Amino acid sequence: MLRILIYPIHIFIRFFEGLAEYVILMSKMFRSVKSWNLYLGFTADQMVNIGAQSIPIVMLTSLFSGMVTSVQAAYQFESGFVPNWFVGSVVGESIILELAPMITGLVMTGKIGATITAEIGTMRVTEQIDALESLSFDPVSFLIMPRVLAAAVMFPILVIVADFCGILGGLFAAQHAMDVSTQEFFRGFRTWFRPWDAWFGLIKGLFFGIAITSIASYKGFTTEGGAEGVGRSTTSTVVISCTTIVLLDYILAEIFL
Amino acid sequence: MIEVKEIYKSFGSNNVLKGISFKINHGESVAIIGKSGIGKSVLLKHLIGLIKPDSGEVWVEEKLVNSLSFSQLQEVRAQCGMVFQFGALFDSMSVKENIGLALSKLSKMNAEEVDLQITKSLQEVGMENSENLMPSSLSGGMKKRVGIARAIAIKPKYLLYDEPTTGLDPVMTDSINRLILKIHKHEDVTSIMVTHELRTVFEVAERVIMIHNGRIKFDGTPEQIKLSEDRVVQQFISGDSTLLEVEA
Repeated sequence: MLRILIYPIHIFIRFFEGLAEYVILMSKMFRSVKSWNLYLGFTADQMVNIGAQSIPIVMLTSLFSGMVTSVQAAYQFESGFVPNWFVGSVVGESIILELAPMITGLVMTGKIGATITAEIGTMRVTEQIDALESLSFDPVSFLIMPRVLAAAVMFPILVIVADFCGILGGLFAAQHAMDVSTQEFFRGFRTWFRPWDAWFGLIKGLFFGIAITSIASYKGFTTEGGAEGVGRSTTSTVVISCTTIVLLDYILAEIFL
Repeated sequence: MIEVKEIYKSFGSNNVLKGISFKINHGESVAIIGKSGIGKSVLLKHLIGLIKPDSGEVWVEEKLVNSLSFSQLQEVRAQCGMVFQFGALFDSMSVKENIGLALSKLSKMNAEEVDLQITKSLQEVGMENSENLMPSSLSGGMKKRVGIARAIAIKPKYLLYDEPTTGLDPVMTDSINRLILKIHKHEDVTSIMVTHELRTVFEVAERVIMIHNGRIKFDGTPEQIKLSEDRVVQQFISGDSTLLEVEA
């Protein structure tokens, strides 16, 4: 009985311990930014891994997101009270403000977050991180900073790719579902488009990128217990990152909108 | 000179080291032995600050390792090469990149000098022409050799080996033992190895420190440990699991 009562307290304490460890690790990372030139090559490699290699999956998911938004808008407009060309504004605003950064964030959590945790976690359990330290490297500068820096640069770019593909998908579906012409679609798009919305999407991408890679790196860095531990950390990364993205989405909307 | 003074270390409720003290002079070849899981590797990692003690002091030369800043610790680590139990090679890098990483990023050597040092280190461990191999294509013995090449490439004053021959076949064990001995003689280094392989102890070490229950049970030469009358030491040397049970 006592154990049942203590368990939530234990979870609560463990959460704040983890948070403190994360903050300490991130402060170490930000302090190591001064040696960025030493790890420039690794950052470029990570930009390819995180950014370039993720373009196909981001294109695909955002394309379908745009298409489904268009089809669902068409379903709502069936009443006839709303003109069909409005679909351009619905798709445009949904994609730029919410879907492109959010879908990119969630897809990248699975693709990049899990990969980073598995990589760094495996390095931890096979003593490769100890080996780095024994060779006088700072593992935080070596492993975490290039990944976070690469994500900070590449995530906004991926959001731009997702914006374009989402709108293209929306246009394609609007043409087929509602017989909306390209001109009509973009008329609707321009009517409600505000440049700040596009900037806001990029800001979200930046925050999501930093959050996903830093959480994934932290979980990898603190992995214990062999292959099972790596699996546990990877799962935990996906769960925590998805939750953080949704939370950040709300916080950023409150701040910037 | 390396000196360890009254080191205590616990992981949760598990008290691993309970007041370990010893001094290792320059040029010595020391084997730290004891049963598996007794804290030998933990002790070795204390020497270069990979693990900090709960209490006690670790001195390398004139520096108190457990109180150094990261940049000061880097200076200490630059004098120490560590060979890990399973090699701990960076698996996304080739053999050449593994050995040259520290040289190219942290030393003042130019690319040509780095290449030359990599070749020399690989020759030293008998792994010529393996620069472009990836760790995944190496056998256990080859990984250990590359691990040794990576450690000696930085020209350390101290070489720390964590279980250098564990898991290897007898021929490969002999080959690694000879390599450790050769490096110890030719490179003028202090060698500290953690092992439970008695063959390695008797072939390579000049001094043996045995750890038991978190404390030093024996400190002497390989000849002296053979003659020790301590039952725990005798059991370890003979490998007879029934020795203490019979006594009990």
